[in-house]
Amino acid sequence: MTTSSATPAVPRLTPLHDVHSALGASFTDFAGWQMPVRYGSETAEHRAVRTTAGLFDLTHMGEIELVGPGAGAALDFALVGRPSAIGVGRARYSMICAEDGGIIDDLVVYRLADEHYLVVANASNVAVVAPELAARAEGHDVTVTDTSADWALLAVQGPASAEILAPLTDLDVPSLKYYAIDAGTVAGIDVLLARTGYTGEDGFEVYCRPGDAGAVWAALQQAGEPHGLVPAGLACRDTLRLEAGMPLYGHELDRDTTPYEANLGRVVVLDKPDGFVGQAALAKRKEEGPQRVLVGLVSTGRRSPRAGYPVVDPATGAEVGVVTSGSPSPTLERPIAMAYVPPTLAAPGTRLQVSLRGTLEDADVVELPFYSRTR
Amino acid sequence: MSNPTDLQYTAEHEWIAADGDIAKVGVTAYAADALGDVVYVDLPAVGSTVTAGESCGELESTKSVSDLYSPVTGEVVEVNEAVDADPSLVNSDPFGEGWLFVVKVSATGEVMDAAAYDALVAS
Repeated sequence: MTTSSATPAVPRLTPLHDVHSALGASFTDFAGWQMPVRYGSETAEHRAVRTTAGLFDLTHMGEIELVGPGAGAALDFALVGRPSAIGVGRARYSMICAEDGGIIDDLVVYRLADEHYLVVANASNVAVVAPELAARAEGHDVTVTDTSADWALLAVQGPASAEILAPLTDLDVPSLKYYAIDAGTVAGIDVLLARTGYTGEDGFEVYCRPGDAGAVWAALQQAGEPHGLVPAGLACRDTLRLEAGMPLYGHELDRDTTPYEANLGRVVVLDKPDGFVGQAALAKRKEEGPQRVLVGLVSTGRRSPRAGYPVVDPATGAEVGVVTSGSPSPTLERPIAMAYVPPTLAAPGTRLQVSLRGTLEDADVVELPFYSRTR
Repeated sequence: MSNPTDLQYTAEHEWIAADGDIAKVGVTAYAADALGDVVYVDLPAVGSTVTAGESCGELESTKSVSDLYSPVTGEVVEVNEAVDADPSLVNSDPFGEGWLFVVKVSATGEVMDAAAYDALVAS
């Protein structure tokens, strides 16, 4: 878990806080926000998202908007990808890296219009990312604004999501592609509706004004209940993204990690003609190859590897790596983890061990993700 | 939250059902709720000696691992095999089917009654 110097002493509440309380939520402090961690059983919430749908409050996420004719060029310079090539109404997963190639944050970049981008940052990093983007945009004809306080974010995730949303929106849900976004209405309220998420399921993220969040939540919950939708907290969001092999900043990604260690080299466009921040370091890292790579581990035992636990090579007994995230997997019904290990020990089928509070437990390297939805 | 009045409690959120020198031990509903879904319970072995206030096992939930403290000193005479097979009993019935182990008590630790424990978890 990362902390920021900008984290306020008193946690911020989302506009849905009273709704969560009334639903019996347990709360956790997360990146300066008091967020619902679960409403009842986090395992039941996890299974609902895999089989029907879950409704999340993600208002803690940070939003940064870039407006102006230079927005695309500014983002091409600031990020490792090429946002200028994103079509209007589409989105792309990207990263902002430091000059040395270290990851400052991972992001979703939406192109709302020719000259208007929405960059969604992690709550823990938005206070760093927003000024960094502004600094990197200097010299381009663009304004960069941290609009986090102007947006509430709700997510409907799970196989029933499209069916739940379709009757509530004026947008044509079936034609809204994965990683696309459009402006429309939900329950008559102006929103941005995106087919994105962080669970490994089909699903939608609904950006609305904070004052409208209660009405949007109520409409989604009411429309979703007949389909089996349940409110879902951050605890199941973490196990869902882990099963889907998705990285979490502060765990798999940090300032000492480049996209290449994280097996996310595909997001880096090295040959951008006008250059970008981190280009030289990332080109060098790609050529040399990473010293450690992210792998999936499945344990045969009952106890779960957890973030920070050492990974041991059974052949030598030496510590060779570290777990970044780990949890019992509700879908696989076995402990799963992600870990950084040397490339020589990263092949699927490799038998490793994890030191679980002093006890060595066998764990096998597997292909990521642990879980893929059937389409 | 109502805690059964016929049990004794510790500040570490264990309950004790005492019957002469035999004590059945579990964790409270408050503890079970704070842990989240329990997925693995590591209990002391039958025949082993546990010491009041000291760790004698682990409760692992989806999100965390917590030490299990023994509220009494003595020899473990029985453990709940059902909760080993189905750890979710700790969540679904913490004061009943989710009991953890039974001790032949040689010394007790610091305990409180239900009213004091109600006050502790309300604070």
